[in-house]
This record gives sequence, structure tokens and C-alpha cells, in this order.
Amino acid sequence: MNWAEFFSMGGRGFYVWGSYGAFALAIVTEIILLRARIRRTAMQNKEGRQ
Amino acid sequence: MNLYKFSSPVTFYPLAGKMWPWFAALAGIFTVAGLYLGLFVAPVDYQQGEVYRILYIHVPASVIGMFIYLVMAVYGVLALTLNTRLSAMMMEALAPTGALLTVLALWTGSLWGRPTWGTYWVWDARITSTLLLVFLYVGYLALTHAIEDKRRADKAGALLVIVSSINVPIIYFSVKWWNTLHQGSSVSLAGNAIASPAMRWGLLLMTLACWMYAIAMTLVRVRAVIRERESDAAWMADAGGSKS
Repeated sequence: MNWAEFFSMGGRGFYVWGSYGAFALAIVTEIILLRARIRRTAMQNKEGRQ
Repeated sequence: MNLYKFSSPVTFYPLAGKMWPWFAALAGIFTVAGLYLGLFVAPVDYQQGEVYRILYIHVPASVIGMFIYLVMAVYGVLALTLNTRLSAMMMEALAPTGALLTVLALWTGSLWGRPTWGTYWVWDARITSTLLLVFLYVGYLALTHAIEDKRRADKAGALLVIVSSINVPIIYFSVKWWNTLHQGSSVSLAGNAIASPAMRWGLLLMTLACWMYAIAMTLVRVRAVIRERESDAAWMADAGGSKS
């Protein structure tokens, strides 16, 4: 199997990669947002204790 | 073993910290194995063509998006009856991941439906009730964030989730109760629609991966919630507060 064939997904590449791409993007976004939330709390708690 | 012990944020906080990397690692391993089987090994579906490969992510997102709401309802009952602090925190930690997975279920289903049914969207019972689930997740988050007093917010959120969790069995059985365009179990493990072992294992591994991901994210987020809510508590300062 060659890669061009793989990415074309029998002419359905838009739908298949549109699904997988959105899924990957959503997971990355969720992780980034959660990290930002943790950092925000860490800073607030630090200020609160000082 | 005293199970009540683990319903206290003080004991659960370090436990969650120890557990989440394992779930994250398993999620990674299962994803690699599942994607390999689903995208490279499993043959093309003779009816749906290549587009059926969307189901390797659509089915896990749908199943776990629904299940998380049921888990939230169970925690809601615990929060209202036993008044355990951790229950409401778990609900807050579960909701964003559940909402995201349900949105992804609709998104991937839509992209699957266009080439398969000829339409991105149809107001059939399953799809409409799944959209309602998204609104319920958003409603829970909006409601709990809108109420200033945390204890009242938790109670209202728990009540909302318990009552509206009836929507989950409605989604699940909708394909049997009504004449929906959405098919029942075209990829059921028991059915013969998924014929090849690579397809079955691919779907199973991707579902497990999604489980592990949801658990890992919830554990990390519940720690964040505990830090936010208990920042004044003495034990939090002892635990190193933000660090550990």
C-alpha cells in the first residue's frame, strides 16, 4: 500500500481525516486548557499563601 | 477496607496523582495498537467502503460520552445523599470530557453520515437525543458556574444531572424504540457486520483507549478542582499545594 492511496481513503479522505483530525485537535485543546487551568490555580494559591 | 476514606479529597488527591500517568500510558498504547489495526490492518468494509474507518473513533466517543453522564448521575446521588465532598468535585471533573466526547460523536457521525446516508444531519431520535446530551452537559457546567455559593451550585448541578440522566437510556434504546435512520449496532461485537478480527480488535482497543483517556483526564482535572476548592485547607499546604 502506498501513502497517497492511504491518505485518499478511496476518495473519502475528507470525511475520514476530517473526523480523525477534529478528534486529535479536540484532545490537544482539552489538554492545553486543563494545563492552563492548573497553572492559573497554582499562581492564585501561591499569591493567597503569601 | 474503608471505602469512605477514598471519598475524602485529602486521601484521593495523592491517589489520583499516582494513578493518572498509568491511565494516560495505557491510553497511548491502546491508541497506537488500535489505530494500527483499524487503519492499516483491517480490510475495507464491503458496503461502506473506507469511510467506515470513522467508526473506530465515532463509537468510542459516543459510548463514553453517554457513560460519563451516567457516572456523573451516580456521583450526583452520592453528593445529595451522603454529602461527600469528593462526589461534586468528580462531577465537575467529568463534565468537560463528557461534553467534548459527545460533541466529537456528533461531528464524526456527521462526517460519516454524509457519504453513507447522503446527509450531514437528520433530526432522528438518536441524533437529536445526543444533541440534547451536549446541551445537558453545557447546562450543568453553566448552572454550577452561575451559582456563587459552591454548596448550592453542587446541589443544583447534582439534581439537574440525576433527573436528566434519563436521556442516556433514551439515546441508547432510541434505535429500537423509534424508526431511526441511525442504524442499531452495525458494528456490534456480537453481530456479524464487523467480520474480520482486525476490525473487532481495532474497535475494542480504540474504545479501551478512549476509556483510559477519559479516566486520566478526569483524575488530572479532579486534582485541579480539589486545589481550587481546598486552597485554604491546611492539608493542601502540607501536600505542597500546587506542586505535587
